[in-house]
Amino acid sequence: MTDNPSLLAAEHIGKSFIGMKALDDVSFDVRAGEIHALLGENGAGKSTLIKVLTGVYRPDAGVIKLDGQAVNVRDTQHAQKLGIGTVYQEVNLLPNMSVADNLFIGRQPMRFGFTDRRLMEKRSREILAQYDLDLDVTSDLSRYSVAVQQLVAIARAVDMSGRILILDEPTASLDSHETEILFAILRQLKARGLGIVFITHFLDQVYEICDRVTVLRNGKLAGSATTEVLPKIELVSLMLGRTLAVATHNVRRARPAPKVRQFSFKGLGRSRSIAPFDLDIGQGEVIGMAGLLGSGRTETARLLFGIDAADKGQASIEGKPVHIRTPREAVALGFGLCPEDRKSDGIIGDLSVRENISLALQAQRGWFNRLSRREQIALADKFVRALDIRTTDIEKPVKLLSGGNQQKVILARWLATSPRFLILDEPTRGIDVGAHAEIIALINQLCDDGMALLVISSEIDEIVAYSTRVVVLRDRVHRGELSGDDITTSNIMQMIAADPEGATA
Amino acid sequence: MSTRLLPFYATLLICALAYAACVFQFPAMLSFRVAGNLLTDNAFLGIAAVGMTFVILSGGIDLSVGSVIAFTGVLLAVLITHYGVHPLIAFAIALSITTVFGASMGAIIHYLEVPAFIVTLAGMFLARGMCFVMTTDSIPIDHQFYTALQGLFYRLPGGGRLTFIGCLMIIVFVAGILMAHFSKFGSYIYAVGGNRTSAELMGVPVARTTIGIYAMSGFLSGLAGIVFSLYTSAGYSLAAVGVELDTIAAVVIGGTLLTGGVGYVAGTFIGVIIQGIIQTYIVFDGTLSSWWTKIVVGVLLFSFIAMQRILVFLSSKRTTAIGGG
Amino acid sequence: MNRLSKAALTKAAPQLLSLALILFLNYLAFPGFFEIRLQDGRLFGSLIDVLNRGAPVIILAIGMTTVIASRGVDLSVGAVMAVSGALAATMTVAGYPVPVVILAALGTGLLCGLWNGILVAYFDLQPIVATLILMVAGRGIAQLITEGSIVTFNEPGLIFFGTGSFAGIPMPILIAAFLLFVAITVVRRTALGLLIESIGINRSASSYAGLNSKLLLLVIYSFCGFCAALAGIIIAADIRGADANNAGLWLELDAILAVVIGGTSLFGGRFSILMSALGAIIIQAMNTGILLSGFPPEYNLILKALVIIVILLAQSFSSLGGWAFLKAEFRSKGAKR
Repeated sequence: MTDNPSLLAAEHIGKSFIGMKALDDVSFDVRAGEIHALLGENGAGKSTLIKVLTGVYRPDAGVIKLDGQAVNVRDTQHAQKLGIGTVYQEVNLLPNMSVADNLFIGRQPMRFGFTDRRLMEKRSREILAQYDLDLDVTSDLSRYSVAVQQLVAIARAVDMSGRILILDEPTASLDSHETEILFAILRQLKARGLGIVFITHFLDQVYEICDRVTVLRNGKLAGSATTEVLPKIELVSLMLGRTLAVATHNVRRARPAPKVRQFSFKGLGRSRSIAPFDLDIGQGEVIGMAGLLGSGRTETARLLFGIDAADKGQASIEGKPVHIRTPREAVALGFGLCPEDRKSDGIIGDLSVRENISLALQAQRGWFNRLSRREQIALADKFVRALDIRTTDIEKPVKLLSGGNQQKVILARWLATSPRFLILDEPTRGIDVGAHAEIIALINQLCDDGMALLVISSEIDEIVAYSTRVVVLRDRVHRGELSGDDITTSNIMQMIAADPEGATA
Repeated sequence: MSTRLLPFYATLLICALAYAACVFQFPAMLSFRVAGNLLTDNAFLGIAAVGMTFVILSGGIDLSVGSVIAFTGVLLAVLITHYGVHPLIAFAIALSITTVFGASMGAIIHYLEVPAFIVTLAGMFLARGMCFVMTTDSIPIDHQFYTALQGLFYRLPGGGRLTFIGCLMIIVFVAGILMAHFSKFGSYIYAVGGNRTSAELMGVPVARTTIGIYAMSGFLSGLAGIVFSLYTSAGYSLAAVGVELDTIAAVVIGGTLLTGGVGYVAGTFIGVIIQGIIQTYIVFDGTLSSWWTKIVVGVLLFSFIAMQRILVFLSSKRTTAIGGG
Repeated sequence: MNRLSKAALTKAAPQLLSLALILFLNYLAFPGFFEIRLQDGRLFGSLIDVLNRGAPVIILAIGMTTVIASRGVDLSVGAVMAVSGALAATMTVAGYPVPVVILAALGTGLLCGLWNGILVAYFDLQPIVATLILMVAGRGIAQLITEGSIVTFNEPGLIFFGTGSFAGIPMPILIAAFLLFVAITVVRRTALGLLIESIGINRSASSYAGLNSKLLLLVIYSFCGFCAALAGIIIAADIRGADANNAGLWLELDAILAVVIGGTSLFGGRFSILMSALGAIIIQAMNTGILLSGFPPEYNLILKALVIIVILLAQSFSSLGGWAFLKAEFRSKGAKR
């Protein structure tokens, strides 16, 4: 749109953490008066790039240029001084303090050695007036909605820095009306000549407000283009990539649909999380769940497994209604879940591989029916061999294993309970190519053995490779289902990229 | 009405009701004499409680308070009685030691990233132990400067006395309130207690603040020790056992959230006064025994913690209703 | 098995060495330290004394270990001791038979623990906050039971638990050893040990795996209350009376310290009840040593403070990878030579 020179540019940035390349030769720039979208799935390197730009991390390679001059951003405070303000996804404000405090903490106007509260509150009102916000600046920030808190965070960042504004998923928890208000403000700031970096998962929003878009994938630059000339379908393929084709030679296997679908969920939903959906699944069936991050994939899994209580709908197994309000109840029914966040919800880091594998079975057997050490060892040995878990020793703390092997340990934990219905949320994220192929082979094998599986993944090719049916989600709604020969990469991408019916969000 | 202020108003209401009930039963309790004594008797507790308020506001805890009070008392007694040091100089020495002591605990808590309770537990042992190293006897302090300070009071109508130490407590509370709401340091304390990570990202000097908070708690515990020594005219190494619990109770009853970030110094004052009223009532009644204080304080503690829990629960529900999870 | 016990021994080396050092210093201060003699059918000697005096803290540490392993802490055990001791003494004076008295006192401790457990598991209060309530109120309740006075009794059946002996060994030691044995057996022979460590390390992941973490927390805190009550009875029986003000004073801190010395992290996870008991014995050996060397007993506090600081420093050093670094340094230097 504008041909302004770059305001802030990162050139050929590289950054590694303990051997893992988080950023590899990534270049990115933002111009004055533009909104530049930064896209990518989890772990693509977006947040690392932002942290490099704001001085939280130092790049291993490359330079950061401000107005064409190379700068060395020392820390977040220095970034703010340079004019780079950031608003993080988890609003980084202090809900226990007043709105005025939040706007001015650390730089309060002083008078006779005391904070001049009246002046501070007056200036707060002035700042917020620019955003058409009329708040009681003396009341606690927590009284206001997340949307308002978000705006206050932006107001603070702009007031302190004033040249470049980085917004990390600002719309993740806003409804469409709140998003509209936010966008109106962003347009206003853009008109004032700010350079805005906008991180989001919502493609419609990219097209609604952003001038340019840059996509990262696996720490590398996947592509960068002006929004106007980039078709949505191409953007989706940039984001999701096709890394798998080379990794496995899995051709889609046609599977007969099961005669009976034992597990049935009718109208299950939870307000502000996922719209009511129907789902039936039978033994020997893999349902692939496709959609971008934030489309309601994980929310669906949490509901099915009883981590979040459904406020609508009904579940039944073999025709009998069941209640699933806690994971315990789900496990008792023969469910299992490998969660998306392995570290915080999956592994018990300090416990050994053996203990991690035994845990779910032990929990099922009760406190007093202990698996003896020998049984645990047998169990662990069996799965270490069956799943080819690479560990020097089954007594090794599981936190010392690589991501792929941790994933296999969690999988083994559930397989030990002989589940009937297994939910896998991003089972292949963040693991190396070899383990990747193994896990896919395993999914196919489990399915052949007669298990019912629901697999959530961002890798479309992977979903195509193992699914009997595919459910596509967008904007927290189950949009449609594909089965049989309709399961193709392009069909799935089209459904993900489809324009929402009706008006824009 | 802000839900943040609710615990404070509840405390105020309970205080007023308790006092009214006391006065209803013993009209003599409505007098300047009782009010003056309430301030004098609880002066050391109040001063220490101000420091504890800041510590708890920042999300920490300081278990060393009682021991530091005893330590200060013994140190003053030894310096003044045994070494003939002038009380003012002794005060300065004591305050510097306790401030440095608090600051070191703060530094350990911040830099070693260990729970405050275990560090201040070590502090509690250390300070109490140092008392015994100096002396195990009760040492009386007999100095004209002490007598002068003790004789310093403003005569209230009805035979009441607003003593020097009572005044000192009020001054400390006023200074504490000003500091909490009208200084950068005060806002940093709330910020660290509200969300450490956010505070850091917003540019709050977390290390300096944490050390400052415990240094201040050490200083105020030292000051409370001075007041205690003026109050008792002696230094005794077994004095002020369990005062840390009384101060924590006063802070919580005063409406400060034990998880940090929310509360008022003024509430702590009310919390101290409520404890004082319970004790005064027991004295007036004559048949009731002192342990009822602990039980009533325990019940109040539970009620306030439960109330805060419910408020947090309700407000988290409300924000989800507005903004989404 | 042999390899396992060897590994366990290596792990316990710092504690065992510290204990040996303290015992040796005690010996230097009091040459008769290691003498044990049989008198009137009961063993006497400083070493026996260490174990006997240390028994209440060992018992407390057993319960406290499970609480700390679950990533909690129980500040109320001292107060609960006072309550159970007060109840035992008062009921004895009122003429109740000994078994009833003991069951009542233990039951009260269980209830106190249950209360803490409910607050922690179901109200989701921080353990420090939840147990603080009983820490404050408990002593008041104890005084209420004794009506403020020190209640003394002369019931031989109850006194036996404090000063009696069986097969020459003082009862407190026997009780502590028995509880230690039962606790270790239960924790390691059932799944409880694994499940406690699991919720202490990662409560969220444990719930995902289908653990009933709330009920488990309830049981853990109740057990801790039970242990406190048991320790309270022993102390009351030992002094033949209940002192609501001073019984168990600061012992919650000793119990926490014993657990920390035993190597269980304050952040939950891996625990060893046996090592906590060893920690309690180390604390008592220091106590006895100070007494024997003629210092006032209160000097012990300074020693404890120093122990805490040293442990904190060592822990933060090792969490920063300090030991591994030193080892590597040492090796590379050795290789050069």
